[in-house]
Amino acid sequence: MPDGALPVLDVRDLKTVFQTRGGEVHAVNDVSFDLRPGELLGVVGESGSGKSVTMMSLLGLLPSPPADVRGGTVTFDGQDLLQLDPEGLRSVRGGKIGFVFQDPMTSLNPVFTVGMQIAEPLRKHMGMSKREAAVRSKELLELVGIPDADQRLQDYPHQFSGGMRQRVMIAIALACDPKVLIADEPTTALDVTIQAQILELMKDLRDKLGMAVIWITHDLGVIAGIADQVMVMYGGQVVEHAPVKELFGNPGHPYTKALLTTIPKISGSREKRLTIIEGQPPILAGAPRACPFRDRCDAAFDRCAVENPARYDVGEGHDVACFHAEGL
Amino acid sequence: MLDQTPAPLVSVRDLKMHFPIYAGLFRRRVGEVKAVDGVSFDVMEGETLGLVGESGCGKSTCGRAVLRLYDITSGEIEIDGREIGAVPQPELRTMRPTMQMVFQDPQASLNPRMTVEAIIKEPLDEHTKLSEAEKREKVAELMDAVGLNRKFAKRYPHAFSGGQRQRIGIARALALNPKFIVCDEPIAALDVSIQAQVVNLLEDLQEKFGLTYLFISHDLSMVRHIATRVAVMYLGKVVELSPREALYAEPLHPYTKALLSAVPEPDPALATTKERIILQGDVPSPSNPPKGCNFCTRCPAVMDICKQDEPKTHEVQPGRYVACHLYNDTAEQTAGTEV
Repeated sequence: MPDGALPVLDVRDLKTVFQTRGGEVHAVNDVSFDLRPGELLGVVGESGSGKSVTMMSLLGLLPSPPADVRGGTVTFDGQDLLQLDPEGLRSVRGGKIGFVFQDPMTSLNPVFTVGMQIAEPLRKHMGMSKREAAVRSKELLELVGIPDADQRLQDYPHQFSGGMRQRVMIAIALACDPKVLIADEPTTALDVTIQAQILELMKDLRDKLGMAVIWITHDLGVIAGIADQVMVMYGGQVVEHAPVKELFGNPGHPYTKALLTTIPKISGSREKRLTIIEGQPPILAGAPRACPFRDRCDAAFDRCAVENPARYDVGEGHDVACFHAEGL
Repeated sequence: MLDQTPAPLVSVRDLKMHFPIYAGLFRRRVGEVKAVDGVSFDVMEGETLGLVGESGCGKSTCGRAVLRLYDITSGEIEIDGREIGAVPQPELRTMRPTMQMVFQDPQASLNPRMTVEAIIKEPLDEHTKLSEAEKREKVAELMDAVGLNRKFAKRYPHAFSGGQRQRIGIARALALNPKFIVCDEPIAALDVSIQAQVVNLLEDLQEKFGLTYLFISHDLSMVRHIATRVAVMYLGKVVELSPREALYAEPLHPYTKALLSAVPEPDPALATTKERIILQGDVPSPSNPPKGCNFCTRCPAVMDICKQDEPKTHEVQPGRYVACHLYNDTAEQTAGTEV
């Protein structure tokens, strides 16, 4: 982590609640993190852990109702994004903060050419003329490694393969030189050989462009290869935050530990039997008053059922939301 | 291994599944998608054969074709001593009890309007003459076996989580005491912490009931865990078939090498030192495969011959089959037998 650098994005106590017919669902509970320039933050969690909702909340991408961002601050560029009006938010989204969505099939508009879709943010946010935008679009396609950029700008999304479409999505997100790029499971829909191409590309681009990246995934293997910092989410909360080597070498939270042993490895010794995490992820009805992981935790004790643990510091840049880490 | 070589329970020879493409005003047949194009393998009794490959390589089609959920284009399929390649569908029904399938998406493969009990009971209604009470008892036993609470028998699928739904699907597949089960990406739709639960369950059931699995997956780490032998598919063909340890320790086919090197390593120390083979380009369309070897458009070790002749499958080491021109010489020396 570059010392002394001010965080480019600072999220404090973010809270998002969904109003449903069955009552309130507390999807994001007091999530705090910061992101420094040039840093790649990996966010890991299972489905329903609140990782995507966190990122969508801070950009105001959730429809309200049912979503209700109840509290917290999101400081970006000296302003609180949660206080911005829709117009102000729109100038941030796609401009200074780029977003890559999970599914490249559904996030591109099928009736416009790829060239038009890349040029759109350039014309809206950067005020470029058509010609300037066309030149820049071509540069962007080349940047993300699409051959024959000139020709391909005229093509429609269906003429691209899955991996190529995800490259187009990345090109659109990068169009306005964002300070922060948020990538929500960008490689989940892709095959491993294509995923490897995209990961290489991202590492390359980050070094070249020096932006900060938030990379959401459920694949710890991807995180190990690409992230500097890792945030583990469970039940709408951050349960552990650590530098990547620290997290894999010295995991603090029982959930992280379990997660690391539950995936089989591609090399090394092969376990006779997989370690499992018993039970199911929690249902997030009502505000959390206890540790969300207690029902599945081997180390749970009385206190876990009556109090929600805070995030305790256990080392340099490493904190763990577990009572066993308190006072370490 | 065992003293005597286990006999193959399932034996597939030169299986082809081509889907016609119709186009134009008169919907004329203009070509075909060669989803599975000449696949041969054996599945030994009691083993798990892993079938891996990227999306679109034909692994799911292959699994379905082996169970004759399609009318295959050509080839022979022998299951439990009976040839089913050309048997008409009505006659096939009587043989269904020995061969079952667990589907990828537990959400889509369970009827939302049927209770769990009705879902698991359906194969019993269809294929057995048990009394209602006996069936209900059997359903309860099956629910115990897959770790579902029997009290939930009257609930509907929507009341269950993904992992539990997959257990319902497994219970249904087990209802008729099958010998052979095709598991088509049974864990792909589940969360990591739930995947391990289902895989352990499949392993337990295999031991308990002496099942034989064809385990189709794109998750190479999971296949390494569960499979005895592994077949790697690329564009409708099996490019390599090996015992698990040998395949992961030393992959032979260039595609297998690239595929294994692309799997992200969940360990930052290893992830940085690991040498990756990054394949260029995308998989060609199965309706228009390249001339010669199907992998020649992306292969890092491509030679002239690869663009001319299709490689034959050779046994280059005992039990290891590879379809690649790189191993033609080794194959001749060992007087390789074709599969």
